[in-house]
Amino acid sequence: MLAKRIIPCLDVQDGTVVKGTRFVDLQEVGDAVALGRRYALEGADELVYLDISATREGRGTFAALVGQVADAVDIPFTVGGGIRSLDDASRLLDAGADKVTLNSAAIARPDLVGEIAAKYGRQFVVVAIDAARDPSGIWRATTHGGTRAAGRELFSWAVEAQERGAGEILFTSMDHDGTGAGYPCDVYAALADCLSIPLIASGGAGSIEDIAAVLTEGRADAALAASIFHYGRYTIREVKRRLADLDIPIRL
Amino acid sequence: MIAIIDYDMGNLRSLENALGRLGAAYTVTSDPDEIRRSDKVILPGVGHAGRAMDNLERHGLPSVIRALRQPVLGICVGMQVLCRDSEEAPGKPCLGIFDAHVRQFAPEPGIKVPHMGWNTLGNLEGRLFRDFPAPQPYVYFVHSYYAGLCPDTVATCRYGGTLFSAALKYEQFYGTQFHPEKSGHIGARILQNFLAL
Repeated sequence: MLAKRIIPCLDVQDGTVVKGTRFVDLQEVGDAVALGRRYALEGADELVYLDISATREGRGTFAALVGQVADAVDIPFTVGGGIRSLDDASRLLDAGADKVTLNSAAIARPDLVGEIAAKYGRQFVVVAIDAARDPSGIWRATTHGGTRAAGRELFSWAVEAQERGAGEILFTSMDHDGTGAGYPCDVYAALADCLSIPLIASGGAGSIEDIAAVLTEGRADAALAASIFHYGRYTIREVKRRLADLDIPIRL
Repeated sequence: MIAIIDYDMGNLRSLENALGRLGAAYTVTSDPDEIRRSDKVILPGVGHAGRAMDNLERHGLPSVIRALRQPVLGICVGMQVLCRDSEEAPGKPCLGIFDAHVRQFAPEPGIKVPHMGWNTLGNLEGRLFRDFPAPQPYVYFVHSYYAGLCPDTVATCRYGGTLFSAALKYEQFYGTQFHPEKSGHIGARILQNFLAL
């Protein structure tokens, strides 16, 4: 049976993981490659590395890092942050990334989704959507880390991204991200029903039960999390065992 | 020496890294003589089966691959082009090593295509799966087309209502629909078993 995926997300700035205080006992704290390998050994199903560097030098460091991750890690990994063109995606593929995630750039220029999918296949393209509910109750995509309203309505943009060639949709509710109060499962379920491609839930998990809820009631295919793992509340193995105990199909 | 066939069908780096971690010597090549001379051959591939056949033809490789006598492993689309034909490439014969048709997953409620993620293998047979730690191990799949069950099937996988060939074997030709190079320690064991043939 196809397992639900648990995906830790590592934010990388100038080659270093900026969250990740959990492994304070290790010398490899902050080392993005070592942390990724550690997560893989603990049972992570995939990894996501997001480049949050603001500088050109930082971006160069990230591309080198992707190559090192590819050498060290034997599970699939996705990279994102600052991908603006087919060339950017090609460089990351050549460095060894299995998938790229597009966010603001896909909204700014939706053709980018199709261009990358046509060259490398749908499975290579994850479209990430950060959305928040507007005062009238409509979910609208935001860009630039939630600071700008993009105007695009969540459901129509997700379906359009799928039609343009996205292989997965990664949806983060900006109303829930960072709260630890759980995911909006009803929104995930409605989104899953609109899509024929896998849906990844992100942002809001405060407990294992929250993750269980979005994978069952929310009908998400995978859950991405950062803080819950980085800040040491749970290990990936603990999360996966608990989800398996709840009869969710999980790779142990 | 292992020959990894390079025919412009996706990034080979993960496969190279996986072989490197196992300490295997490999070369990445599309040269027929180098492929014929190698001890083992791996035919990887991500993308469109029709384009994969076109690229093999452009490099003059179909007859070379069919005539190989050393162990050959096709991975993902590399496995699919070793089958008889594919719905992804209508009217175009594939290499015809395995007696299987490749079909597209039919739409089913709640079943997402591509089939992407970790799924379990069943009905394991033969040396590729020797010394396995679990009878139903998880491996990593990414595909929208699948080879049906046939006499060459040596591992199965179920997705929705479809039971398909997760691995095939005919004589010294092997194929996996999943990606052993991305399947953690289970995948490494499969590659090691292939290297040990």
